[in-house]
Amino acid sequence: MSDNGPVQIRCPVLNVRRVDAYYAITVVAPGVAERFRSGQFVTVGVGGDHSSTLLRRPFAIHDVKPDYGGTVEFLFAVRGTGTAWLSERRSRDLLDVVGPLGRPFPLPRDPVNCVLVGGGSGSAPLFPLAQALRRRGCRVDFVLGAASSDRVFSAITARRVAETAVFTTDDGSFGTRGQVTDVLGRVIEEARSDAVYACGPMPMLRAVTAVAGEHGVPVQVSVEETMACGTGICMTCVIPVVGEDGVTRMVRSCVDGPVFRGERVRFDDVGSIPFDALGAPGWKGSKAARAAESARDIA
Amino acid sequence: MNTDLRIRLGPAELPNPVVTAAGCAGAGRELARFFDISTIGAVTTKSVMLEPHAGRPAPRMAETPSGMLSTTGMQGPGVDVFLQRDLPWLLSRGGRAIVSIAGTGMGEFGELARRVSEADGVSAIEVNLACPDPADPGGRYFVDDPASAAAVVSTVRSHARSDVPVLAKLSADVPDVVELATACVEARADGLSMINTVRGMAIDTRTLRPAVAGGIGGLSGPAIRPLAVGCVYRVHEALPDVPIVGMGGVRTGEDAVEFMAAGASAVAVGTTNFSDPSACARVLRQFTEALESRGVERAVDLVGAAHRSGVGA
Repeated sequence: MSDNGPVQIRCPVLNVRRVDAYYAITVVAPGVAERFRSGQFVTVGVGGDHSSTLLRRPFAIHDVKPDYGGTVEFLFAVRGTGTAWLSERRSRDLLDVVGPLGRPFPLPRDPVNCVLVGGGSGSAPLFPLAQALRRRGCRVDFVLGAASSDRVFSAITARRVAETAVFTTDDGSFGTRGQVTDVLGRVIEEARSDAVYACGPMPMLRAVTAVAGEHGVPVQVSVEETMACGTGICMTCVIPVVGEDGVTRMVRSCVDGPVFRGERVRFDDVGSIPFDALGAPGWKGSKAARAAESARDIA
Repeated sequence: MNTDLRIRLGPAELPNPVVTAAGCAGAGRELARFFDISTIGAVTTKSVMLEPHAGRPAPRMAETPSGMLSTTGMQGPGVDVFLQRDLPWLLSRGGRAIVSIAGTGMGEFGELARRVSEADGVSAIEVNLACPDPADPGGRYFVDDPASAAAVVSTVRSHARSDVPVLAKLSADVPDVVELATACVEARADGLSMINTVRGMAIDTRTLRPAVAGGIGGLSGPAIRPLAVGCVYRVHEALPDVPIVGMGGVRTGEDAVEFMAAGASAVAVGTTNFSDPSACARVLRQFTEALESRGVERAVDLVGAAHRSGVGA
């Protein structure tokens, strides 16, 4: 466990580049690269050691390469002071990086057909996933959507890695006008998909889970919740998820996720505490549920 | 130089003064992936309640200048799971446990005090007084009224094993923190932890809605450090023999020096654990170096040093 656990390191920036509407930063981080499995993320300190911006920013790992002992690339859009600061980093600057964090995408044992669905920058973790699936002999198809053409991400890479790649934009500036779920059903049927992987905003994950369910295909979703720590201690990134025992718990996206089985996430209740969640106001758990709780492993 | 870092909280001795703040370190397990949890003074565990609690709805957190607002609503698995799973894990790794307890009334506080103090290996109990008082018509917290806070402390003290020290967790959101501290000590608290988060609010100017669910959140981080240091200073001045665990925005070893100079015997790292998962180990190292560079041989010699050097011209 500890060998696969996250590390905290000061990493030199190898390069910062623009990718359409996003920035991509590559850091030299051998400890993170060697432990990485697709779907995991890093958190990055912003503003320096004396910054008044305290909280680390989480980013899905987009690429890992063996250069310089191991490099890690993550992508982001400038949204506030933290990401603006990051976009101004230059080669050789040091970044405080923690990772890899979170549960990775589970990979199928057999060479099955997988469709990977991404929304905006949520597409980032799907690229190393596609490589891992291809190494297992899986067929990979991509469905990537975004608001506009400059936010569809790595279209060329997607076309190169995947059997097929379908793109959608809200404004029709690239690919099909509409949303990923408008084309997903067709892709699942044409590719005879056995599994769906999705990453993006919560409404998209909810819609993708519904489409996958209609086609009887299991779906793994990677959520993008805001979090303060990324390590499992702050309890601010919780969402309601149904466990294997049928009990809904408020679980931490950072350590219990970010990858969950889509049908187990209670999308309608995200942001609230469902009345039947373990420990909700007025909750009266059975003795069995309590016993199960102490047997559950944490982090 | 071999600096003596040992400190005492009533009958409990800790190997050094750096501990975690309640709610900022789980029960140590997550942070143990980044440093050896047995090396710090103690882990103050997330407040445990009698029953499982799902906590509050989202959003639970908002970043603010040099701090954060949070409102997790004490999500946790309840005392059964804590005693069966979390506490044994911490002790098995050589960690020391200050167990924070939170009750919905006197009955719960009493039962929690009894059960937690009877578990082997608990170094101290910290009483989370920032819980709504069911007897208060305005829904105020126990800590908002010195008499209510004292009643809780007295209940906990009488139910806890006598050799387990009881620390009262104080808030700075009160008219007179010295009056509150004195009431808790008269109710036989063995020590005081201060300060808890401060009530605050941030408003999203785009939506014109409060940034955290429920509106009010607890402000933590370096933004509240001067407030915390001021409280520690005033309480130590009034009650110089009562051990204090100082906390509020501790980020570096120098910050720990500041709290101890104000009168704290131990110093808790809170929000900084979120931004730097190895912060406790770093703060301890920096604190040790700070003592060595000043030629201070014993950490306890630093406690209250600012009172002895005068308040300046």
